[in-house]
Formats: sequence, C-alpha cells, structure tokens
Amino acid sequence: MSDRDSQPSPTDDFIKGLWRENPVFVQVLGMCPTLAVSNSAINALAMGMATCFVLVMSSVLVSSLRRIIPPQVRIASYILIIATFVTVVDYLLQAISLPLHQALGAFVSLIVVNCIILGRAEAFASRNTVTRSLLDGAGMGLGFAFGLLCLGGVRELLGSGSLFGLMLLPHSFERWTVMLLPSGGFFTLGVWLLVINGFKRRGTRTREVSA
Amino acid sequence: MTEYALILISTVLVNNFVLVKFLGLCPFMGVSKKLETATGMALATTFVLTLSSVCSYLANEFLLAPLGLEYLRTITFILVIAVVVQFTEMVVHKTSPLLYKVLGIFLPLITTNCAVLGVALLNVQEEHGFLESAIYGFGAAAGFSMVLILFAAMRERITVADVPVAFRGPAIALITAGLMSMAFMGFSGLVKG
Repeated sequence: MSDRDSQPSPTDDFIKGLWRENPVFVQVLGMCPTLAVSNSAINALAMGMATCFVLVMSSVLVSSLRRIIPPQVRIASYILIIATFVTVVDYLLQAISLPLHQALGAFVSLIVVNCIILGRAEAFASRNTVTRSLLDGAGMGLGFAFGLLCLGGVRELLGSGSLFGLMLLPHSFERWTVMLLPSGGFFTLGVWLLVINGFKRRGTRTREVSA
Repeated sequence: MTEYALILISTVLVNNFVLVKFLGLCPFMGVSKKLETATGMALATTFVLTLSSVCSYLANEFLLAPLGLEYLRTITFILVIAVVVQFTEMVVHKTSPLLYKVLGIFLPLITTNCAVLGVALLNVQEEHGFLESAIYGFGAAAGFSMVLILFAAMRERITVADVPVAFRGPAIALITAGLMSMAFMGFSGLVKG
C-alpha cells in the first residue's frame, strides 16, 4: 500500500498491479465477482474488462477532483462517482451483448461495491496526480482481469473441456463438473494461492529478496 | 404462508448467499478470524440487510418506477444503503452504548458488503413484493450469519492446527470454504428455485 520508494517510476505504478500487488492473488480483494463469474473464460474476460474500465475512469476522476472533494464526504463522493461509471458499463454491456449481460447477472451492478475500486480511490487516486492514478488504475484493472482469466480458464478447461467456447479436450476426458459449481471456484482460487505461495517461498529461499 | 417459508428456507440453506451465490465474501473472509468479531458482524449485518432490503424496495416501487428513473437504480440503492447504515449507527449510538461498543466498528464496513446491494438488486430482478422483500432480506442475512459464525469457529480451529507452510493464510481458508460450499450443496433439491 504505502510507497516505499520516495519517487516510484511511472512504469512501477503500472507494473505493480499486474503482479507484485495483484488484487486477486496477493491482496485477495474483490472476491465476490472473482469467484462468481469465473465459471467460463469469456465471462471472466468480460467482467475483468468491465471492472478495469470502471477502475480507470473512477481513478482518473477521483484524482482530478481530489482538491475539490471535502474530506468529510469523500467516501460518499467516491461511491457516487463509481456508481455512475458502473451504470454506464451496465448499459454498454447490455447494448454490446445481451447474453453476456445475462450471464453476469447482478454482478455488473455489484462492481460498485468491489473493494478494489474504492480501495484504489481512497489509497492512491485521492493523493496522486492524474497520470499516476491512470497508470495505477490500468495496472490494477488489468491485474484483476488477468487473475479472473486465470481462474476462468482453469475452471472452463476442467469443467467443460473448452476454452472460450472452443473444444480442446477429447470427449473421452471425464469432465470435472465440480469446477463449474460454486465450490469449484473456492478450490481453484485456493489452489492458485497455494501455487503462488509455493513459488514465492522458493524465490525467497534461493535469493535473499524476492523480485 | 408456505410461500414465505419456502423463500426463507431457500435463502438460508439452498441458495445460501455466501457459499452458493458468492455475495458478501469480503466480510466472510475478512472478519472470520475470531468467533466474537464474527458474531458482532453477523448481528449488525442481519439488522442492516433486512432494513435496507425493505427500504430499497420502497425506493424502487414508489420513487424510481413511477418516475421512470430505472437507470438510476444502482446509484439510488447504494445511497439508500449508506443512509440506512448511517441511521443504524446513530440510533444504536444514542440508545445503547453497550451495543454500540459491540457493533460500532462493523457498521461502516457493511456499506461495501455486496450482499446488501445484491439483495436489493435481486429483489427487483425477481419482482418480490413488500413482504417477500423483507423475508428475502432477512433470510439472506440469516444465511450469511450462520455461515460466517460456522466458518469463524472452523478458522479458530485451523490456527492451532499444523497447516503446511505453503497452505497458510488465504489458501487454506478458501479450500475450507470450498468444502463447506460442497456440504451445503447437499441441501439443493430441498426447495425448487
């Protein structure tokens, strides 16, 4: 959360969301949409993109208004800004693809209460310049989309044997129906965290500091 | 009458908000480390969730629908929830200092609990009436509370267990939740829908 370096480079603002502070795998934030819509890769991608858009737009707006918003009502103002962009995305998605909108259900509107977005607005955008907030929002948003895609890809591949609707595994492969059920979401994210934990421990053991 | 009982059983057990619908996972993971805090959160959420479910129903029915402002639904609901939370905090603060001490810190967190907004939106989607909305909200909250308290009890147990190092932290919690979700699937078929 806190900036350890006195003046982090612009690329660092962008890169940190992708891996080092990845919202899904490292901060474990915004789990409701992560688990709920990751039963297929295409749903995951759509949700990731929608969240990314809201995150970038609200970061930019919060950051550009940061001197105008009084601190007492800042949270309410942030939520209002976020809700506006969520409504835009909601109607946009409905216009682009109705089946996708129905598959995501109420979760598009629920982007409003995604802790990642409010968290970035409060922790980053409200005290940094517009450019840096833009990069931070884009990095975090893409990191979130990447995390969702990792989950959605695994669940769709094992659960229905396909990826983005493209059949990859032969019919002789026994489908893991559990992957499409709610419990599969918990298991998949749990195993991803486990793998990442394992890698990190290896990294810290071989080198002094992990990348 | 049976219809209302069915809604209640369906939301508490069959379509549990946390384990089946994936709503309200942040507090489910965040405040489940200790049984006491989990109980406090469960109580506060139950109250706010039921109240905001009713209030958002009223706002939708008598404000948004007649004026044709459905596109403002998300914004209105989040404002209604924020107001209900603030109101609850003020009332509890004035009437019972003891209760305020137990619930106080959880109240602001509830605004961003997606179960609260989720219930409000699902009420509209499924065209619930006034009483149905109230029962749906209460059922959702009861299901959330039950799972949260059970999960907190399990996590207290896990902290003293010898968990392999790589599993520690969120990984083991998520896998536990997955097992719990699987157990709850045993209830499916109890009520249709």
